[in-house]
Amino acid sequence: MTTERSDEEKLTEFEARVGRGEKVEPGDWMPDDYRKTLIRMIGQHAHSEIVGQLPEGKWIPYAPGFRRKLTLIAKVQDEAGHGQLLYRAAETLGKPREEMLEELLAGKAKYANVFNYPTPTWADVGVIGWLVDMAAVVNQTMLAQTSYGPYGRAMKRICYEESFHIKQGYDLIVALTKGTPEQRATVQDAINRWWYPTLMMSGPPDKLSAHTSQSIKWKIKTKTNEQVRQEFVDLIVPQIHALGFSVPDKDCHYDENTGHWHYAQPDWEELKRVVNGDGPCNKERLAVRNKAHDDGRWVREALAAKQQRKDVAA
Amino acid sequence: MSDTQFETYEVFHQKKKGDPHIHVGSVHAPDAQVALQYARDQFARRLQCVSLWVVNSKDVVATDYQDERFFNMTLDKSYRDPKDFDAPLKEAAHE
Repeated sequence: MTTERSDEEKLTEFEARVGRGEKVEPGDWMPDDYRKTLIRMIGQHAHSEIVGQLPEGKWIPYAPGFRRKLTLIAKVQDEAGHGQLLYRAAETLGKPREEMLEELLAGKAKYANVFNYPTPTWADVGVIGWLVDMAAVVNQTMLAQTSYGPYGRAMKRICYEESFHIKQGYDLIVALTKGTPEQRATVQDAINRWWYPTLMMSGPPDKLSAHTSQSIKWKIKTKTNEQVRQEFVDLIVPQIHALGFSVPDKDCHYDENTGHWHYAQPDWEELKRVVNGDGPCNKERLAVRNKAHDDGRWVREALAAKQQRKDVAA
Repeated sequence: MSDTQFETYEVFHQKKKGDPHIHVGSVHAPDAQVALQYARDQFARRLQCVSLWVVNSKDVVATDYQDERFFNMTLDKSYRDPKDFDAPLKEAAHE
């Protein structure tokens, strides 16, 4: 083998490789902080997919019509699948899935702020697909370019499925838009409630973000939170206007000079509170997640018994 | 309580007959049969698929990214490369 190099030399070589656009694979040498940042990011991302099933999942029994019900079941199943893909990607960095699942159940893990808000109407299901998943796709399309191979591969698969989520949400909203004035009003009300939480999804502004500059340098992310948020705003505002709705931001306007939509910043203190456990539905989400885990225990026990029988037979 | 940490199985997906099986990811499962079911749910619930393989991750023998010399061609092996032969086939046939 080659002669032993110092960590400093390895870091220089690592940064040069990443700088050239080469991908990092699980067996490669990587700085500790690179590994830690990715475990944190991918873990939070996985938890977000798992918890993300809940706000919409509760609407499955009430979905209007069989096709909408099948669609919603498929979407929620996708989120579960995305969670599993992401736990696997995080595991390649050395953290067992079991540990991550337990952290989530114990309320020690962070996940996307947005899933801690209530879904009182059917329009919420549409707005989650249309707005929330659109914001997620803008972020995930960026993450598909990440320097960490397994994360990028998971993102490419996930982005493909998320495009279905946006379409079904938009389609549902269009159907409500063509409905009664009351139905249209539920859409506007849902947009009003989801607008700021969705803007928060891309993370705090760059000047408040502890991790951004290092993550950009190592190409863990290829765009800053602000860039991702602006991209989302530029995509969604014209769509909202096209359907005859508005965003709850009087000052939101197209800026000829920058070529971007100007928008008001959300309340960043609220983001901090909600992510740290004090949002409108954090307790409910964790309780439902824990109940699902407990209710599924008999399945895991049956699978474990199957494995034991195989081990005895072998 | 350790009841969620099964072994992992690598999943290979074949889109249609004649195509190669391509590695698409991995799943946790207690055995290969259950791994096939999870692989179907995870990787074939939407895209076209005619065949899946699962292989216990432990059974995959891989090269080491660090050991770049493994792939180094220390000798000139151009004689293995069809592009290294430039005799025009047609003309040779006429002579």
